[in-house]
Amino acid sequence: MKLTTLLASAAVALGLGAAAYADGHEKTKVGFVYVGPIGDGGWTYEHDKGRLAVEEAHGDKVETVYVENVAEGPDAERVMTQMALDGADLIFTTSFGYMDATINVAQKFPDVKFEHATGYKRADNVSTYSARFYEGRAIQGHIAGKMTKTNTIGYIASFPIPEVIRGINSAYIHASRVNPDVEFKIIWVYTWFDPAKEADAAKALIEQGADVVLQHTDSTAPQAAAQEAGNVITFGQASDMGQYAPFPRVSSIIDDWAPYYIARTAAVMDGTWESTDTWDGIGAGMVGIGEISDAVPADVKEEALALKAALADGSYHAFTGPLNKQDGSPFLAEGETADDGTLAGMNFYVEGITGEIPN
Amino acid sequence: MDLSAINPILLIAALMSAATPILLAATGELIVEKAGVLNLGVEGMMITGAICGFAIAVETGSPTTGFVAAAVGGALLSLLFVLLTQVTLANQVASGLALTLFGLGLSSLLGQGYVGIKPPRMGDVNFGPLADIPVVGPILFSHDPVLYVGVLLVAIVWAVLRYTRVGLVLRAVGENHDAAHALGYKVVRIRTLAIMFGGALAGLGGAYISLIRVPQWTEGMTAGVGWIALALVVFASWKPWRVLLGAYLFGGITQLQLNLQGAGVAIPVEYLAMSPYLITIVVLVILSADKSAAPGSLGRPFHASG
Amino acid sequence: MIRLEKRPQPSRAFSWAAPLLAVLATFFFGGLLFAALGKDPVQSILTIFWQPLFGEFSFFYRPQLLIKGAPLVLIAIGLSLGFRAGIWNIGAEGQYIMGALFGAGFGLAFYPADSALIFPGMVLAGAFGGWIWAMIPAILKVRFGTNEILVSLMLVYVAEQFLASMSLGLMKNPEGFGFPGSRNLQQYPSAHNAELIAGSGMHWGVVAAMIAVIFAYVLLTRHRLGFAVRVTGEAPRAAKFSGVNPGRLVLFCLGTSGMLAGLAGLFEVSGPAGQVTIDFNTGYGFTAIIVAFLGRLHPIGIVLAGLLMALTYIGGDIAQSQLGLPAAAIQVFQGMLLFFLLAFDLFTNYRLRTGRTEAA
Repeated sequence: MKLTTLLASAAVALGLGAAAYADGHEKTKVGFVYVGPIGDGGWTYEHDKGRLAVEEAHGDKVETVYVENVAEGPDAERVMTQMALDGADLIFTTSFGYMDATINVAQKFPDVKFEHATGYKRADNVSTYSARFYEGRAIQGHIAGKMTKTNTIGYIASFPIPEVIRGINSAYIHASRVNPDVEFKIIWVYTWFDPAKEADAAKALIEQGADVVLQHTDSTAPQAAAQEAGNVITFGQASDMGQYAPFPRVSSIIDDWAPYYIARTAAVMDGTWESTDTWDGIGAGMVGIGEISDAVPADVKEEALALKAALADGSYHAFTGPLNKQDGSPFLAEGETADDGTLAGMNFYVEGITGEIPN
Repeated sequence: MDLSAINPILLIAALMSAATPILLAATGELIVEKAGVLNLGVEGMMITGAICGFAIAVETGSPTTGFVAAAVGGALLSLLFVLLTQVTLANQVASGLALTLFGLGLSSLLGQGYVGIKPPRMGDVNFGPLADIPVVGPILFSHDPVLYVGVLLVAIVWAVLRYTRVGLVLRAVGENHDAAHALGYKVVRIRTLAIMFGGALAGLGGAYISLIRVPQWTEGMTAGVGWIALALVVFASWKPWRVLLGAYLFGGITQLQLNLQGAGVAIPVEYLAMSPYLITIVVLVILSADKSAAPGSLGRPFHASG
Repeated sequence: MIRLEKRPQPSRAFSWAAPLLAVLATFFFGGLLFAALGKDPVQSILTIFWQPLFGEFSFFYRPQLLIKGAPLVLIAIGLSLGFRAGIWNIGAEGQYIMGALFGAGFGLAFYPADSALIFPGMVLAGAFGGWIWAMIPAILKVRFGTNEILVSLMLVYVAEQFLASMSLGLMKNPEGFGFPGSRNLQQYPSAHNAELIAGSGMHWGVVAAMIAVIFAYVLLTRHRLGFAVRVTGEAPRAAKFSGVNPGRLVLFCLGTSGMLAGLAGLFEVSGPAGQVTIDFNTGYGFTAIIVAFLGRLHPIGIVLAGLLMALTYIGGDIAQSQLGLPAAAIQVFQGMLLFFLLAFDLFTNYRLRTGRTEAA
């Protein structure tokens, strides 16, 4: 058990380092492990904006380090260990696939705090955090349902996992509520990132009559396809994609990790950090809604903003009954809202969506 | 399920555009391989072209200048491959793979300031009333200029290889470099030019993705297209028109796959996503009856005194 | 006028000096690159090459070299056999995936049974998975003369789709709340490819890589089959005269390289990686092609090349985090290293001559 001993003594040395910080002599070191390049313009790009915000907010009291393009598995475990050895006090691991690696490394460094994005395994020094993007999807669905003329909404989906299925359901519920004739055409592209394929998918949907294209992939390719088609609206995903505003991009869902990252770093600094499970939405600012452009009729914009306000203050839940599952079996009774467990593992469509979830 | 939602005319028009990056890169690689050189660095040259074209188009505001820059960028990167394989006689397979690694890294470095920017658009060629002809108009007369350049290049490459002295010399060098050398042809010089031509076309193909198909810059955005282009050359048994056919077939299957999904056909997506590759293999087996195709000296190093 | 002259015998001195020269040249030009990015060049290079080996935390990084290098070496050894004979398996990545899927699938099928037979069964299943995937291009080549480069490459993409399908479907962890990815084999003792000595980085995959190196060395230097491999690559016509059956050689080379790639995948999925996920494969199959050539297709060379690649990956990640170098700069640096290693190899077989030349 040589390594364990060594790691333990290294951890003790780090503990001393942390003690030194308490005197105000040492900076708090925050590590970020990224699954993609920071130039991906989407998922990792937004996490890195959060990192920069931490530097901005805490100035020279904090030092941030990051490693990009870290493959899930042993590479991630090595990079996390390395950051901990180098004296990181807090490490954000920003991909679902880092879950087991985070837990493994956290066991070896009990004094280092870990924050794992989108996972469900926690420990005394491991928190999890995720964003309720489905709240943003509800607003998109509402606008889409109101604005579609062909009653056909295209949806570019990545992988059939609960996160994506939840988004489809939320968008559909709110689109069909304002427009019962609406139909969703869903294309699974089986990638998070392949701009050319996303462009193809968007074009295929538009050619099949969709005049709204929603996307759960991170590139602006669908925006460009919509712009070319001329009469199709889209929504920015992950980042604002404001370069396509006011049309075709009429609004967006923005991953805004900055408030959370700043708060958690502050908690480590003042010693109040505790292992928690955070699932924040519009209210806490983790899900940002990009400006609704003037291409949206004023009354629709007003409704959308009202919906946003209701979601933000908690007076309305995006999954509120009565709702049935796709097969017609009851899902939520009148007025009932979905609990977080059901949402987290969602693997079914709600009633009205045609087609099947792959597998 | 609603198959009538799929419009075959639009599908064909879309697949032509989707196939253009592969078509350009594969046509370039065809010339390289005809000269007896196997450059596996297509992906690296494409992505370098993608960022060079994007950056210059953004800076100058002219997509055309961007495409020229992309061709230059791809050709410049291919000079590294020339240095390795023609001057220092390094192994071509390894050099090509190293070129891809290098190109991916270089493009990300170059592209750091260009994430999230919208490039200037290149408009479609205006064919006037021709574009309004039913069926033929949308398929043939509603595209951007680079798409036509791609098809034209296939025709030129075919004609040059078949009818000109340049083509003859190129093929001679590729078939048997020792014999060509004995006849007094400058093997290294000819191969260098061929490799640079391949680099330029790969660069154009990359820029087609970053300037027209997507259009944006993100790291790694070519996402493996270069490998498909390599496969396509073999698939086409080194014949230009078959490259065109293969590119459209490949683009077509991908498009059809997405369209079928949109139309609600309940298909296991992963297995359909496999189909272009599986069909390529099947076609390959059928075509492999044609044994005369591969250039004789493909992949072998040449040294004048050797 | 400088010209190249072929040496009658490859230079022994240069076969050692060339890699060193290449590394020095990489230090120089890499240093320039890092300086251009505003980083201290000496510190950057020390971080990449010195820290993992001799730095403060080398006790942790040295075992990581084995973990990162073993799959590269294992795959590259198999590929080198074929490459020597002019048989081009470019699809080791796919065989690696199929090995992992077959092996993990075998183990998961018995969950949660406890038996000492499960892991050996997984090893066999993993080897079979890689082998069968490589036999597709092999049989097509022998039967129809189909190009194996293309078929093996296409099968990589097919294997990736299988991987996605399996991690989202059949092999999905039933206790994983609907998230993709299989059970973690690290938490299933009968199927876990654990470190043989804790903290040493030694797992069965490292042992397999060592055995493969010795096996390849003996095969190439002592065995008739190794002779057939070498002759076919160097002089195909002579090979025919000496009674080599080309078809059987294709089946052997592709089969062996597929099997070893499959084993690498199995040891990875049951050990360091732990689970089948959509992004399980990280390009070992492609990197191994470079490793095979850097090692000059020689077993010992491949070991050194594999460890060197592993070092640049590990050191590169450290440099990213400690110095803020972008991953792209590390990639360019690796590219340079490969270029120089390939280019300087010239001097092993050729020497520079100055002076007037007859039209060369």
